[in-house]
This record gives sequence, C-alpha cells and structure tokens, in this order.
Amino acid sequence: MRPLLFEIGSTGRRGTSLPALEFPRKEVSSFLPFHLLRKNPPELPEVSELDVVRHYTSLSKKNFSVDANFYPLGSCTMKYNPKVNEDVVKQIGFLNLHPYQEEETVQGVLELLYNLEKILCEIVGVDEFCLQPAAGAQGEFTGLLIMHAYHSDRGNPRKKILVPDSSHGTNPASAALCGYEVIQVKSNARGRVDLDELRRLLDQNVAGMMLTNPNTLGLFEDEVSEIAKLVHEVEGLLYYDGANLNPLLGMARPGDMGFDIVHLNTHKTFSTPHGGGGPGAGPVGVKKFLSKYLPTPRIVQEKELFRIKHDFPKSVGKLTAFYGNTGVLLRAYAYIRSLGREGLLRTGQHAILNANYLLKGLKTFYEVAYPEMCMHEFVLTATRQKEKGVRALDIAKRLIDFGIHPPTIYFPLIVPEAMMIEPTETESRQTLDHFIEVMKTIAKEVEENPTLFRQAPMSAPVRRLDEVWAARHPVLKWEKKKRDEIPVASYSA
Amino acid sequence: MDYISNTPEDEKIMLDRISLRRMEDICQPIPEALRLKHFRVPSGLSELELKRLFLEKAKKNWNTAEHPSYLGAGSYDHFIPSVVEHIVGRSDFYTSYTPYQAEASQGMLQAIFEYQTMIAELTGLDVSNASLYDGASSSAEAVLMALSIQEGRRKVLVSKTVHPSYRRVIKTYLSAQSVELLEIPYDPLDGRTDLKALETLLVNDVACCVVQNPNFFGGIEEMAKIAEKLHAKGILLISVVYPISLGLLAPPGEYGADIACGEGQSLGNRSLFGGPYLGFFASRKEFVRKMPGRIVGQTHDEKGKRGFVLTLQTREQHIRREKATSNICTNEGLCALTTSVYLATLGKSGVQEIADQNLQKSHYLSQRISKLHGYRLRFRAPFFNEFVIETQKGTSLLEKRLHQRGILGPLPLQEFYPELKGCLLFCVTETRTKGELDELVKVLGL
Repeated sequence: MRPLLFEIGSTGRRGTSLPALEFPRKEVSSFLPFHLLRKNPPELPEVSELDVVRHYTSLSKKNFSVDANFYPLGSCTMKYNPKVNEDVVKQIGFLNLHPYQEEETVQGVLELLYNLEKILCEIVGVDEFCLQPAAGAQGEFTGLLIMHAYHSDRGNPRKKILVPDSSHGTNPASAALCGYEVIQVKSNARGRVDLDELRRLLDQNVAGMMLTNPNTLGLFEDEVSEIAKLVHEVEGLLYYDGANLNPLLGMARPGDMGFDIVHLNTHKTFSTPHGGGGPGAGPVGVKKFLSKYLPTPRIVQEKELFRIKHDFPKSVGKLTAFYGNTGVLLRAYAYIRSLGREGLLRTGQHAILNANYLLKGLKTFYEVAYPEMCMHEFVLTATRQKEKGVRALDIAKRLIDFGIHPPTIYFPLIVPEAMMIEPTETESRQTLDHFIEVMKTIAKEVEENPTLFRQAPMSAPVRRLDEVWAARHPVLKWEKKKRDEIPVASYSA
Repeated sequence: MDYISNTPEDEKIMLDRISLRRMEDICQPIPEALRLKHFRVPSGLSELELKRLFLEKAKKNWNTAEHPSYLGAGSYDHFIPSVVEHIVGRSDFYTSYTPYQAEASQGMLQAIFEYQTMIAELTGLDVSNASLYDGASSSAEAVLMALSIQEGRRKVLVSKTVHPSYRRVIKTYLSAQSVELLEIPYDPLDGRTDLKALETLLVNDVACCVVQNPNFFGGIEEMAKIAEKLHAKGILLISVVYPISLGLLAPPGEYGADIACGEGQSLGNRSLFGGPYLGFFASRKEFVRKMPGRIVGQTHDEKGKRGFVLTLQTREQHIRREKATSNICTNEGLCALTTSVYLATLGKSGVQEIADQNLQKSHYLSQRISKLHGYRLRFRAPFFNEFVIETQKGTSLLEKRLHQRGILGPLPLQEFYPELKGCLLFCVTETRTKGELDELVKVLGL
C-alpha cells in the first residue's frame, strides 16, 4: 500500500503559500490571552504540492468507480454521472455564493432551485417540495417529523410506524429517531407486503407506513393502491422511500399511488455523483394538506423576485444550517433538464430493460429469489453455491478480480446469501453480456474449484481484509510516537 | 439528451431476449390504472442549451470572488489552493460510492483514515468519524450521542451564542423526543456565555451542554472554565468549533471537551450557497461505540499487508436498523476528501499561518472601524476573525451604500437576535486585501 501522508514529507515542507500581510503584524498576545491558545501545533502532514498530487493520484487508482468499472450495486443506482452537470455548476456564479447574501444578489440560483422544486413535483406527483435535507436518510427523518407534526395537530402523535421486512435499514432507524416504535410487516410469498398481515397490524396508533416501490427485491408493489387505502382508513399516512424511483420515471408517480410524503435521492435517480459516500441530497415532497409542515426556509416567488421566506409557524424546523446541498441539487436540475420528458421516460424504460436482460442471462447459473419480471433490480441467492462452500461474499470478492464492482450483498435481509443487482439504464448491452459471461465463469469456478474463492480477490491492491480484527482492535487514526512542545503563539509569519 | 448507450437495434435484441414485443410493454409490472398518461415536463435540452441556461442564471448572482465579502456566520470565504479541486475532481473518487467492498475501495478508505487522523489532530480528541452532513446536523447528532451516553438524563443545555440555525436544527432533531432543551443566556457586555447563569442551570439530570467556540458573535469562550463546571456535575461538553481557528486556538481536547463537532466547509470547500458542506465529528475514545456515522479502521490482509475497512458497523442502520446510533447512511465523503487534501496542502505551518492572518486582518479592520464616529465594538470579549459592530447609522442605509459599491456587507443581527438592533457581524478572512479593508472603512465613514 501507499504510505500514509504522515509517513512522507519532511519538516518545514509545505504545499502552498499565502500573500504576505500588507501591514505590520502584531504579536498574538496583543489580541488574545495566552490561556486561550493552542499549546502544541497540530501534527498535520508536511508535504509539497507534488507530494500531495502523487499521493492522491496513487490512491485514486486503488478505487473502483462508475467511470472505470461496471458498478451494479443494488439499490444504489450507480448510473453514469454526466460531465456537463459538473461543468455547469462549477462556475463562480454558483461556487462562490454565500448563503446569507441579500436575495437580490442570488436571484439566479434561487430561480433554478425554485424550478427544481416545481419539476420534482411533476415527476413524482405531489404538490410541494423542500430541497433542504442533505441525503435520503435525512429526508426520511424530515418526512417522519412531518407525519409526527400532522398527527400531533390532530390531537395524537400516535406511536407506531410500519415498515416492510424488506425495507432499507434507514427506514426503521429514521422512525426510531422520531420516537416511533417500529413494526415490521412480513412479505408474502410473492415478495410483496402481505395485506392480511398489514390489516392485522393497522390501528389508530399507527402514524403511517414507509414503503419503497419498487421494493428492494426489485418488484413492483402491485397492491399499492390497496395498501394506501388500508393505511388511509386508519387515518395513517403513506411514506414513499424514493431510493428506487429510477424505473418509474415518466411511467408512474408515487403521488398517484396514494403516497402522501416522498423523499428522493438525487445521487441515485438524478445522477449526481456518489462521491465515495456523499454528498447526496434528499428533497422531500408532500401533498398539499401537509405543505405547511415542510422545513423552513422556503423559496417563494413574489412578483418578479424570488425570496427566502422563514415565517412558517407550523414548519417542523430545520435540518441543515442553510438551504441544503445546493451544489448537488443544481446538478440534479441540470440532469432533469437535459433528459426532459422523453429522456426521463427512456431512462425508466431502459433501467427495467437492462435489469430484466441481466436477470434472464443469469438465472440459469444462479437461483433467483423471486423469479418473475423485475423492475430496476433483482436479487439472486447464492444458495446453490453455498452448498459448495462458496458464499455471496466470496462471489463478491471474486468479481473484483474481473474488474467489476460487486453487487449489494446480504441485503435485503429476508433473502439468504442475497446478491442484489442493479445495472442502471446507462450500461450498454455489451457490458451486460460481459457481466453475464463473468458470472457464468464464476459459477463454473464454484463447481470446479471452490477453494479458489478463499483467496479472492487476488488482483486488488490488498487481499481479503480482516474486518473482525479491525472491529476488535479499533485503530482509527495514525499515531506518531513522540511530539515536541512548541507553543503556537510563538509562531511568526 | 439522455445517456442511454443502447441503440434501437440493441433494444430490439434485448426485448426479444426477455420475450417482450415493444418497449411500451416494459411497464407490465405496473398495474394499468397507475400508469402515467400525461407527463408535463419540458423536452430535453442539448448540452449547449443547458450550458447557456446555467451561465445566464450564474451571471445573475453576485459571487464572492468578484465582490469583496464580509459575511461569515458559519460559511467562510477562504483561499482554496488549485491542487484541492484537481484532486477531488478525479472521477475515480467522485464516481465511487460508500466503500462497502474494502478491497475495491482502498483509495477512498485510506483517504478517509487520513481525514480522521487530521480531524483528531486538529480537535485534540481521540477519534473522528468519516463525516456527517454539516455543522448544524453534526451538533444535533452530538446531542443525541450525549443523551445516549448519559442514559436517564433528559435535559440539554445550549448556549445562546451557538449559531441560531444550529440551535434550530438541534431543536428539530429533538422535537419528537421527550427531552428538555434549555438555553443559556449570554453576557450582554461580553457577548459570551453567561457563566453565572450557566451555574444555575447545572442540575443533575442535564446530559450535555453545547457551546460554540469562537461563538456566533466571534467571541472566544472560556471553554476550560465551562468544562470544569460541567464535569463537576457529570455533564458532557459538546464543543462546536470553527476548524480554521484551531491553527491558533486551544483545541477541544485540550480544554476537556467530550465531543467536538462543527462545520468543515472552511477547510477547502466552496461556500456554494450553503452546501454541500461536511459536519466533522470527534470524541473521546470511550464513546466510540456510540458514535454516529461511518468510521474507517486500519487492519491487514491475510498476508499481513496494511489495509483499511469500514469498521464498528454494528452501530449502523444497515445492520442494527431501529437500534442504530443514528439513521445516517450517505455522508459527505467527497467533502471529507476535499478537507484532507486541503489540510495536507496547507500542512502544519500553513494552518497556523492562515489562522494568524485571519486574526491579524480582522483586528486591523475592527480597530479601524471602531475609531470611526458612530461605530463601536459591541462586545469586549477577545475574538478570532468575526466581530460585532454596533452603529447608530441605520443598518439598512449602510447595506444600501455597500450594495451600491458592489460589496457584500456584514450580516445584520437583528433578525437572529431582536435585542441586537443596529448590530452587524463582520468576518474577515485571509482573502481580503488591505486595499479592500481600507475601502470598506472609507465607505462606512461617509
């Protein structure tokens, strides 16, 4: 492996310079008493600009990415991130805007964000959107706070949230953060919400239900209208987890299915780069009767002027310090405007087409958890391979040797040895054929040489890493053995 | 323009393979009644049209590269060396995702491990996570973590000198929980947390106390004294810090903070109208299993070679579901990478020099303004790079005058603190020149 930044460089070396002060410098002690100052300077790297460039360039080569690899990571929608979206946002007219500038000086950005809200309303079929939540999980939390506020206004916040047993882990975690008891609804033999079970669980203490559609098995919840009816009968609300919105684009809308609250993941559906784990954005949309609860501030249009309005007494409050992840949201808007009506529809269609084409090509070699037409993704189960001693994890690691990012594994939790595969619409038929060939080769290796898998991956910068050791002996930072005691206040420029 | 690679010919072959006749049949799994009839989104734009649209809107905004800005208050205009954005723009980083598969993600994992080391070093605390959303939400997560550590204690103290938006976010995060949130007033002359008032609030069931340093008014709090008072009652100190100041000011670990968090934007990230930013988060090591968010740990492969993995994952939602320490999943990986490249480039001496220049320039300006007729420093506490000026001139008149000269003036405080009528929060970073500062003084003196 590459040495750590702290292990290279030498004393006094630095990677940048500042202009000299244009007036006489005064001693720090003339401004600040000594006890407020740092005693030891922070032990940061001492490297040149070239050291920095070589270091990070080397690291970047030890990373799979959409730009370099097929990345069928289920439920994460790792589609191609168009370059023009980077270019249109990376201009000083957006990059260098302070969030507290006067409204007159930020009309351009306010207009784009306002229009993004409007276009999202049309795409998902709701009445109002708020862009503030910084990621999907924060969007979920916001949506549940809205639910909580709505029920509280009606006299009883209620106690329970229903989530399917196939739901994303963030659903129960967000509900718990909102003080709700989480009740799991079992899936039926078809991999959908079991309506009998749902009827049994619904009562006046249920605040609402969170649902992903298509669900995490890649199946459309075809009884969603009935689910909405049942939840609404007990005056609960239906929440849409937007992680899997991609295959519905232009074809169906959560708002029309009876969902009251929706969150989206711009880094999934709307192609904003995943950034090695963020930043994302998790806009939240609601039906009219809930709009007064949306987070504050809101962008409103008054005559020709876009304004940032704070005064919403029923609002659930604030989730981030300012207006959310503007840079990410602008990329999402650029993407939506590029695609337009036809492109959005084609995106949804090709997401489904690609997934079904893969499913068809793979089902001879692997068991399919729910063998029927899927939406944007499907789940394989490595039960046949497990009999040979090869687990989903081993297959995942072996895929790395073929230059393919592994699928999501061991999720959803209701499928043993799950491998969840989402190709996305941007991959070509040739890439999909290649993946099928690789998976076929791997299936054959399982039959012929199962012990090989214990060594996989063999071509990565490291062999299989010991995760158990890491958790038992946490080493969470690099540590220097000794340090000198030099008061920072003695520093002179 | 869409980004679909398959041609109509591919489409035909593929449809055939899955036994569908036409593309329209692809929506088969969706019940007929739910299929969309009218989709009212405009037609797509070509790349050239899109660029024109965004350029036109960008031009309508005043940017801080061309308009000298005196705005701070949680988002700062600092110098960003070119190398930072070149590195972060490498798509091997920005088009990857959460490093679940460690062997295919060693680059990002090592970069985050180095980030954690730098944050621990800057804050003087034992462990850092891989980042949260922003300063405000990381403060709220810190409060939740403290409540979980201090089981049974259900009161939370927050100083009124903490950023008003952060206080609002903390309130929002706690709104569905049975927790009492109490605000500590500030000393009206000093502009810092009122220590006498604090003492009266230190009752037994207080879990934690949130103090910002430098505080919202720029004042440097007596953190060591506060820590001592809190710890005597078993209360945890959450210190919300401005990381640029840590090149100079005592770090949270030195004065006994239990958790340090804050806004990492100032470390190499653009102001970008409020985001994406990153919340950094560090604590004492005994609390690590209660920490929210991803954490990268060092380990080794079967040949003994060093490597890095996401670790202590049993805290997290994808494993623990409703029992997780937080609901966070996607964090701000790329912004954390930005921060590490920035800190590496500045290095040990650079962070000290930046902090020193901020101190020097803000004091140069504050001394000159407070000599003007009709202006005075509102608070007498020592400050870092932000300070409050009170004026009798009428803030809207001043705003107008600065606006006419293309200057992004200071932040009027009345909206946040009704009692601070006529008060303006100035921020001066290393990016302001002496010429700009002198010009500002001239305009204020008119």
